[in-house]
Amino acid sequence: MKQLRAWIVRLAGVFSKRRREQEIADEIESHLQMQMDDNLRAGMTRDEARRQAIVKLGGVEQTKQIYRERGTMPLVEGLLQDLRFALRQLVKNPAFAVTTIFVVALGMGACVAIFTFVDVTLIKPLPYWRPDRLVEVTESVPMIPRADLSYPDYLDWKSRNDVLSSLDVWTRQGSMLNTPSGVQLIMAGRVSDGFFATLGVAPLLGRDFYKGEDLASAPLTVILSYAGWQKWFGGRPDVIGQPVTLNGDAYTVVGVMPQSFQFAVGGNPAFWITLHPKSHCDLRRGCHDLRGVGRLKDGVAVQKVDAEMKAIAAQLERQYPDSNRGQSAIAEPLRDVMIGDIRPMLLVLLAGAGLLLLIGCVNSSSLLLVRAESRRHEIAVRGALGASQTRLVRQFVTEGLVLVIAGAALGMGFAALLVRVLLGFLTQELIVYTPFVNGLGIDWRAIAFAGGLSLFCLMIFSLAPTLRFTRAGDLRDVLARDHRTGSGTSWRRFASNLVVVELALAVVLLASAGLLTKSLYRLLHVDIGFQSDNLATMQVAMPPTYSTDAKQVALGRQILRSIAALPGVTLAGLTTRTPVSSNGNTTWIRFVGRPYHGEHYEVNQRNVSSEFLKTLEARLVRGRYFSDAEDASKPGVVIINEALARKYFPNEDPIGKMIGDTDLSPKSLQEIIGVVADIREGTLADEIWPAVYEPFNQGPDDYVTVLARSNQAPESLLPAMAAALRQVDPGIAIYDQASMNQRIYDSPPAYMHRTAAWLIGGFAGLALVLGAVGLYGVIAYSVSQRTREIGVRVALGAQRRAVYQLIMGEAGWLTGLGILAGMICAIIAGFLMRALLFGVPAWDVPTLLTVAVLLSLAALMAAYLPARSAASVNPVDALRAE
Amino acid sequence: MTDKTDVWQGTLALMVLKTLQNMGPLHGYGIARRIEQISGNLLSLNYGTLYPALLKLEQESSIASEWGISENNRKAKFYKLTRAGRKQLEKEARDWEQAAAIVGRFLTPTEEQS
Repeated sequence: MKQLRAWIVRLAGVFSKRRREQEIADEIESHLQMQMDDNLRAGMTRDEARRQAIVKLGGVEQTKQIYRERGTMPLVEGLLQDLRFALRQLVKNPAFAVTTIFVVALGMGACVAIFTFVDVTLIKPLPYWRPDRLVEVTESVPMIPRADLSYPDYLDWKSRNDVLSSLDVWTRQGSMLNTPSGVQLIMAGRVSDGFFATLGVAPLLGRDFYKGEDLASAPLTVILSYAGWQKWFGGRPDVIGQPVTLNGDAYTVVGVMPQSFQFAVGGNPAFWITLHPKSHCDLRRGCHDLRGVGRLKDGVAVQKVDAEMKAIAAQLERQYPDSNRGQSAIAEPLRDVMIGDIRPMLLVLLAGAGLLLLIGCVNSSSLLLVRAESRRHEIAVRGALGASQTRLVRQFVTEGLVLVIAGAALGMGFAALLVRVLLGFLTQELIVYTPFVNGLGIDWRAIAFAGGLSLFCLMIFSLAPTLRFTRAGDLRDVLARDHRTGSGTSWRRFASNLVVVELALAVVLLASAGLLTKSLYRLLHVDIGFQSDNLATMQVAMPPTYSTDAKQVALGRQILRSIAALPGVTLAGLTTRTPVSSNGNTTWIRFVGRPYHGEHYEVNQRNVSSEFLKTLEARLVRGRYFSDAEDASKPGVVIINEALARKYFPNEDPIGKMIGDTDLSPKSLQEIIGVVADIREGTLADEIWPAVYEPFNQGPDDYVTVLARSNQAPESLLPAMAAALRQVDPGIAIYDQASMNQRIYDSPPAYMHRTAAWLIGGFAGLALVLGAVGLYGVIAYSVSQRTREIGVRVALGAQRRAVYQLIMGEAGWLTGLGILAGMICAIIAGFLMRALLFGVPAWDVPTLLTVAVLLSLAALMAAYLPARSAASVNPVDALRAE
Repeated sequence: MTDKTDVWQGTLALMVLKTLQNMGPLHGYGIARRIEQISGNLLSLNYGTLYPALLKLEQESSIASEWGISENNRKAKFYKLTRAGRKQLEKEARDWEQAAAIVGRFLTPTEEQS
């Protein structure tokens, strides 16, 4: 307490220096006078009296000094002094200050911005109660490691396991909502009764679903998401008990979830309803459309659950071989499932931003060194006058501190901007894939991270001068040496090392950018098996009134007729799943006339209109297309893709062969009438699966994607298509309108690769510039230091060419080293980010070569300017200069 | 041969406080002289070291200072004990006596044996 007070007084003393000085002087003087009085009385002469008094005191200035030091805080005072000095230095050299601060700000901003994304997705806990105890539990088949779960299997899993304290399921379902302005398609979540309880989230208003409310016999109830509440009910507090019509059924609102509740795997539903299993899919063991989420019992590890679920799945497989053959199970932490794809990209981006910051720091640090070098004399003299080494180093640290703080402050602003830009980039689709980016921004965690980075930068900034000046040698050495010739060499070695590091880092970034760009190119040019230009697409949901196959077939025909009649449309088709969206929606087939032991031959199943393949301009390899007349009254027909033909008809002609369902029930039998070249049903990055294309007219659906081939820009066609569909039936819900190319361009893998390629490419560009500038700095300084040497050489008859060689050789040596070191690191980096690479190996030689050439060219340019000035040195001037 | 002892670390503050208690308000020079006198000129006090000690005590608010006129008409800064200083003096004096007693006890038997 007492000490604290003393500290405060001393701290205050820092700022009242002048008054204190006067006071100290007065007091010492009064002391001396009194002693002199005594000494005079003792009979000394006046001079002797004063001398003795000073001796007794121990020297006037010395006393003042220790008095002073006690009076204030020397450390703080020194710091302020350094700070003033540093600011003066920076103001004197604004170009340097601005460059350094800007470079630090850029690196820091990029790091912090990307950190906020990393934090939100990888570090912060999911917004549920004890989220680390939540697991996703679902079925697994060889082709789809994380497949969906069937309702009967779920019930068995739930009752048979004793490792989960609760297990619930959810799925998403597009639903028709009756609103005052017509029917709208919205996303609804269908969940089992304990879903919210398992997550550990309570409703904001109303109640949670009660036990048994998910059974078919229970009344229809709905819990709103906060956003849904705001959007459809204006946030009215009396919403509980209100009626809602979904898919033509009357539901009652029983609750509203809090705003913080997100369950974003595949989009945040606005309405949450319960399962109410009654459709034939819900009751079939072989129909999978659910996902399980469970809470671990205390002390149970995820691996244990995984093993237990696999064991239960094996039991079910024995019990129900028809439906469950090959159906295993998988349990993984919910967090891993939710962030899945984006983790490698974020880590690569963060590493890229980190490298950029590092390059920036190294660059600034070497610039600082250049300036320090020109102050060697000053520093040596100050050292000789008694400034301690730490004191001298501290001054450099302070200078670094000013730069870092300014850079960090600017960087935070830059980060805030970048976060907004990045969020703007995120299409709706991707927000879906990165849950919880809502409310993302610069928070105290980001600020703490920036603080850590600043400390790191400061360390780099201080390291160089510290190493320099603790080894600076003694004063005589420095002053005796002619700084025009010798002083630069040791410094040059040090700065050269920094430049090599800088160039190597630039190579890593450039090579990564090259690999990512090439991946993106490969991805976007992957063979999709059809012509995606001039193709307009939209998803269509039929009104609930179209409840029978016949009605759906009729509406399908009507839709296609109206679209095909539009001006500019050459062909129109429809399918149950948009191409290049995802694999899945599979069926099990069986071949007539082949031995069968219950194997599951899983293939993509698409029900398409007769013109669909022609509309896509997919290539028919063999056989024929369907005709529109082939409907339920005609024998079943099917077109298979080449992948299926290759896999199951390796040395046969598949045309004319019969396939059917696992029971070969007569109704399911289909004759293969055609083979089409592989159409990419899954994402660009996915493999091609075997697929069957069945006539829509033989197996209709109420959700379809309508496609139109046009001879004009497809975007301009979309409004007319929508209008035409509404004319067919105003109850039709239309969503997700886009051209096929746009759809592919915005698809998650393309999006992810593009973001990574752009950002890393940007970082690499900056790194290249910084590396070149760094090299230029070193070479230019080296030339300025060697002016006299070069002058002597020229005077002795050296040709200009030889001078060029001398300087370019030095630059070439550094560049070569940097590129070599960088190549090794780049291959390692490529290997580390192989999850993001598509169709490109980590050691892609063309990319590495391009990078080497690019960097060499930049280095050549950076070295050429100083080399030219060296070659044009006038020997007379150079020798006379000193 | 009178070897003068240096002032032990930490005891100067105690001496200053005690002097101020006995003498009332006093200037730096007076305090220094007084300490030398009391010690019977056995203590070598570098007067210069007194001032930081005074400043420290003042920062800890054990003493307060004020400019005044000395006995022989010189302008001088006078120090006086505060209430907190009196408490500190009591405590430090007690601590010191205790420490001295302990050390004393260690030394006594040793002398008897030798």
